[in-house]
Amino acid sequence: MSPVSTANSRTVYDALKACGIGLVSALPETWLVHLIRMAEDDPDMILVRLAKEEEGVGISAGAHLAGVKSAMLMQNHGFLASINGIVSCAQLYRIPLLMLISYRGEFGERDPWQTEGGGVTEDLLRALKIPFSYLDRADHVVSRLAKAQTLALSSNKPVALLLCRDLMWEEP
Amino acid sequence: MTRLEALSAVYPRLEDRIVVTIMGAVAAELQSIGHRPNFFYLQHAMGLASSMGLGIALSKPDRQVIVFDGDGSVLMNLGGLTTLARYRPRNLTHVVFDNESLLSVGGFPTATATGSDLARIAAAAGVPRTETVTTIDAFTRAFDAALASGDLTSIVAKVDPVGPSAYVTDLSLLENRFQFQRYLRS
Repeated sequence: MSPVSTANSRTVYDALKACGIGLVSALPETWLVHLIRMAEDDPDMILVRLAKEEEGVGISAGAHLAGVKSAMLMQNHGFLASINGIVSCAQLYRIPLLMLISYRGEFGERDPWQTEGGGVTEDLLRALKIPFSYLDRADHVVSRLAKAQTLALSSNKPVALLLCRDLMWEEP
Repeated sequence: MTRLEALSAVYPRLEDRIVVTIMGAVAAELQSIGHRPNFFYLQHAMGLASSMGLGIALSKPDRQVIVFDGDGSVLMNLGGLTTLARYRPRNLTHVVFDNESLLSVGGFPTATATGSDLARIAAAAGVPRTETVTTIDAFTRAFDAALASGDLTSIVAKVDPVGPSAYVTDLSLLENRFQFQRYLRS
């Protein structure tokens, strides 16, 4: 069994559904495996598996203009790889983006290759003036996700939720 | 063939279809023929016009979507061709104007000038219908065949490396964006 929390992934997925999300773009990463499978098994969800995360910005922009609510699932390194698209598509054109970013490289990270990206993720979000919050406990997932979506839609701007180790990973 | 001639030749077919273009010469030339509320010009974010087209095509499966792309932009998002092919939106026609250069920044040659073949790359990515055309007649035929085919098509149109004298038009980016959204949602 993977230590990735199935129950908390379900909570996050159900919260996305409660926000009316109809399209999810994703690039697989360990913490996202259950979420991606849930999207895959959901006949009412359009799942777009990407080659690189920046594509997801364009796909979400198209979906939004066409009236479909969407979310991007990616690792923080995927966020790093998407920044030009976020700035020159989503921010330039005032596109609401709901980004769920797995926050690798924070306290507890064992993989040495994840540690550099973890250290710059929040500074980059701040530099880009992207409002963000943390999903680190199951009991606030529904409320924070709904509030993030509300702000994205009212401001027509990207917002980010950091999927934290305490929520996604069941090993201490 | 010039890009302006190619756009002019198929312009009547664009009236009831959703159109997404890249920045620069394509956007300026299509506007010079005549802007419509169903046209969106992605004036930056090179490479993402085809991704936007995919997002629209998946969200609006009953509508035909046309993306006017360019060689420089496609080369920035070659992986996007594999995503396009993977989901194979049958309502999407992907036109790549290939002038073998980055025209708007001084005409520096792209890799298509040294042999990279975007139609073969698209085919190898899994796009079911691909074609390279070099004349207006062939382009118009390929365009009409793509619309009639009911399948994902990439048409690489080899065009002369010439463009408009200016790239900025009087249509503001956000005006275009909200007008296009209103059109798509109405």
